[in-house]
Amino acid sequence: MRAGHLCRLAFAVAALPGLIGLTHAAAKADPAADQHAFQVYARSQFPAVPLADFGNGPYAVNAPMRKQWEEIMQFPPYDFALDEGKAAFEKPFANGRSYGDCFPNKGIGIRQTFPYFDTATGEVVTLDLAINRCREANGEKPLPYQTGLIASIDAYMAETSRGKPFDIKIPDDPRALAAYQDGKRFFYTRRGQLNFSCASCHVQAAGQRLRGDILAPAFGILAAFPIYRSDWGSMGTIDRRFTSCNSQVRSVPFKPQDKAYRDLEYFLSYMSNGVPITGPGARP
Amino acid sequence: MRPATILAAAFGVVLCGTLANAATQAEAAAALAAAQSAEAEAGHLRNQWLPTEAELKTAQAAMTAGDFDAALAAAQRAEALARQSVEQSHEQDKLWSDAVIK
Repeated sequence: MRAGHLCRLAFAVAALPGLIGLTHAAAKADPAADQHAFQVYARSQFPAVPLADFGNGPYAVNAPMRKQWEEIMQFPPYDFALDEGKAAFEKPFANGRSYGDCFPNKGIGIRQTFPYFDTATGEVVTLDLAINRCREANGEKPLPYQTGLIASIDAYMAETSRGKPFDIKIPDDPRALAAYQDGKRFFYTRRGQLNFSCASCHVQAAGQRLRGDILAPAFGILAAFPIYRSDWGSMGTIDRRFTSCNSQVRSVPFKPQDKAYRDLEYFLSYMSNGVPITGPGARP
Repeated sequence: MRPATILAAAFGVVLCGTLANAATQAEAAAALAAAQSAEAEAGHLRNQWLPTEAELKTAQAAMTAGDFDAALAAAQRAEALARQSVEQSHEQDKLWSDAVIK
């Protein structure tokens, strides 16, 4: 009897480290598992949509809207921005250097690798942030985020990357994992007086109508940025979309390129690995 | 009693009643300070709401204009909204992970 008790106690003690390990593992972020579940869910929500089409947002999931979009794309509304962006990208700064000098492969065909986690500085670097840091490093003033020339340069760089699948890496660095986890938390956290999270619209109600709009699935949603939005009547960056989404749920938006937005972009882009870049895009 | 006396007495009653119900500058200022404190807490949690900010602006403008009734009312609405946003943050601290796709 006594020996039986001791035996059970010994088993319990032996199992304890394993249980603690499991609890720790459950609490620990697992981006690869998250990504797998995220993509399986999106593909099961829209089984008829090919992977490559998820970068086309609402047009991938709504046939009438797609028809309208195909008509619009005969004269893409972002074409002017594309021309402006190409000219700006190729024009040397006052010091003779140019944007291409700041990026791998001279900035051509690299959009799909942004945002990335910079292990030197310990932060997420988005393409827009990199564009402005390039300007500052070369003695130029940073551009206002959200719209204007930065969206045009973004558009040109995205266009050179069309068809290249998102390829976001999360390095083996606890700071990178923390940034990913913060982005994930932001995505699923309800905020604002309307009590909506990003997921409320773009996961739980993806493909459904919100008044006249069709809500795009979160999977691949950033592949089309920057976008010309008819509602805005101009181009907009990811920052513009994030701030306007936050305002729409009556939450005070953060400043563009706030850490919270960069981490959110990191999470969302990583979830969309494999979806080809389609930007610049056009949206209603 | 002469009519003038009655009239004066009635005016006095109405005036006293009005003064009793009107917010004082101190009351409005205290309500505004409470609302600003609650909104600062929401800011610390990075979850401020636009309607709270709008009510705070209304309260501040009414204070400046000397309309303490309006200032008090707007400040109380702002505080209630700010407290809801703080509550939402604490609630979401526990609930957000339930929504994660698994």
